[in-house]
Order: sequence, then structure tokens, then C-alpha cells
Amino acid sequence: MGRALINVPATAKAGDIIEIKALVAHVMETGYRHEVDGKPIPRDIINHFTCAYNGVVVFEADFYPAIAANPFLSFTTIATETGVLTFIWTDDKAEKQVETARITIT
Amino acid sequence: MEAAVRPAWIGLALAVLVAAVAVQPSPAQETVRPIAPQDRLSGSAFMSAEARALQADDASNPAMLWVKDGEDIWARKTGVAERSCADCHGEAGASMKGVAARYPAFDPASQKPVTLDQRINICRTINQKAEPFAPESQPALAIASYVGLQSRGMPITPPDDKRLKPFLEAGRSLFGLRQGQLNLSCANCHDALWGGKLGGSPIPQAHPTGYPIYRLEWQGIGSLQRRLRNCMTGVRAEPFAPNSIEFTEIELYLAERAKGMTVETPAIRP
Repeated sequence: MGRALINVPATAKAGDIIEIKALVAHVMETGYRHEVDGKPIPRDIINHFTCAYNGVVVFEADFYPAIAANPFLSFTTIATETGVLTFIWTDDKAEKQVETARITIT
Repeated sequence: MEAAVRPAWIGLALAVLVAAVAVQPSPAQETVRPIAPQDRLSGSAFMSAEARALQADDASNPAMLWVKDGEDIWARKTGVAERSCADCHGEAGASMKGVAARYPAFDPASQKPVTLDQRINICRTINQKAEPFAPESQPALAIASYVGLQSRGMPITPPDDKRLKPFLEAGRSLFGLRQGQLNLSCANCHDALWGGKLGGSPIPQAHPTGYPIYRLEWQGIGSLQRRLRNCMTGVRAEPFAPNSIEFTEIELYLAERAKGMTVETPAIRP
């Protein structure tokens, strides 16, 4: 897979609602399109995304062919403890893109 | 009775048609008034609030994926010379500030104006002794967005260069030239009918404020030439050849027309 852009606040107070933004480069080929010669282009989409906060899944999503290329997700969670957020995108080729971001609780 | 009426009706319709054709001005005499400087609006002014928000935040703007790739290309040593862009130009934030805002510019070696994309490839061939990037290829768009970003927020400042004058004037007349099966010029829509709708989509003023743009329709980033090709095929005209002088001339005129407007690169467009 390609490049990902993650946006997580570097610091937060315990109990704060924090906004997380995750953008990943992916073709999101629907499987409904054809080459000029009529050959179908095989489906290749990200089908699953999870975000874990110190190992606990806080956000999870199934993706479908109607989602555009380079999908962007924005969601919130509650800041609890200093640690690492792990982002995993899985696509139809079973390729995984793993990104991490640190957050410090003040 | 019927038979007698019909020819008369057709005759009248034909007369009206002939009159309509007769009053249609020839391309040479046609003048569409250019947009007054204070009435100029960037393409983003015609977008939905959602698309504007996508562009406003670098954490959500998908074009930033290409910018990051461009940042890598800037630092990577390449070619026979084993030199990176940074080896000569240093920090892009300083050396490339305002560069995208003043292209196309005159290239003394070829005695012609060159676009920013062409300038980058000239630099690659001569100084890095590397293969030029293929037009519209991923690395070409990535480096162009990274260089373009360094001018974000700055006014478009086409160079005041006498040598550009004939090319600029050629671009101006291309902009006003009716083309294709639909027989429309750029000016017919973008000077005369901006703010209206075409197939449900707003007609913008066609200012090149944010190129390369991430176009939602393309689900990817594309160059100004790709956008111009889109419009040309839209009016059923044969697009100019990639990197042809005609495209550069139109780009020159577009830059002159948008003089003083703010660079938004990398912009989002619908």
C-alpha cells in the first residue's frame, strides 16, 4: 500500500475527547470497471480498518466499493493514558498498512 | 390546404436560420469581455463547503499524499550526477518560495516559454543527468505539488518579460478561439457564462490557482494540461499535443488573467 497521513494531537488531558484523522493512499478499485478490451479490472479495495489505543480497539470500519480512492476517516475517542495509537488498513490482496502515532497525557 | 401551408412555414424557418447564421460573428470579430479584476473568483469559490473544508485542512487534503512523495523526491539523489534537488536548491521552503507563482517563464536556451513541469524536467536532464519524468506521471505530479506548495498563499506574479509577449498574445487568441464540434471558445464559457451551470455543475472562471489539483472526479491529482484537455474534449475539439507550445501559451495567458490571485496549491476541485 502507499503512504498514510495520520493526525493525532501530541498531547491531551485525561478525559478529553480527541479527534483523529487518518488518510491513506489507495486506488479503491471497485471491481465494476473494465479495460478498453472488455477485461474486468479486479476489485482491490481496503476492506477493513481498525484503530487501537494501547491495544484496545477504539474504532473499526468495514469498507465497501462505493468508497472513493484515498479514503479519509475522521473519528473521536477519549484520551485515557499516554501510549500509542495503531492504525491498520487491510485490503483485498490481504496487504496490511500499519501506522502508529504517540499521544502523551498531561 | 395543409400542403400549401407547410412550404411557407418551412420557408420562414429557413429564413430565420439563415438570418441567425448571418448575424453570428466570425471568430476574428467576436469579442467577449474579459472579467474585471475585482470580479475574479478562484475555482474554490464555486465549490461546496465540504470540498472547501477538505482543501483547507492539510490533514484531510488527499493531495498532501503527493506532496509528501514530492518531498522525498526533492531529497533523493538521482541520475548520473547523483545529485538531489536539495543538493543545489537547499531547503525548498526558502528556494522554491514563489517559484510556482511566476511560471510559465522564458527559457533562454530554447527561446521559448516553459511551464513549471517542463522546467523541472530540464533541471533533471541537464543538472541531475537523469531521465525526465513522463508527463502526468506520479513523480512528475508529486514534485510539482511539492514545489507548488511552497508558493501557497502568494499572489500569482507572471514575469514582466518582453520575450514572453508574442507567446502571451498567442495564448490570449487561443483562449478566444472557437474550437471543436460544439464551436466554443474558452471565453464563451469562462468569461461570458461563469456562475452559470453546465450539466448541473457550476461554470467557474478558469483561473489556474491551485495546480496540480486533486480532482474528486479523477480520484487523483492532475496537471493543468490534463484539465485543459478535459475542456477541449468537452467541446469535441482535438486536444493539443502534450507539452505543446499551444498549451504553454494558454497557461501563460491564464497566469496573466489570474495575476495577483492567491496560489492555493495543492487545491481540491470537484
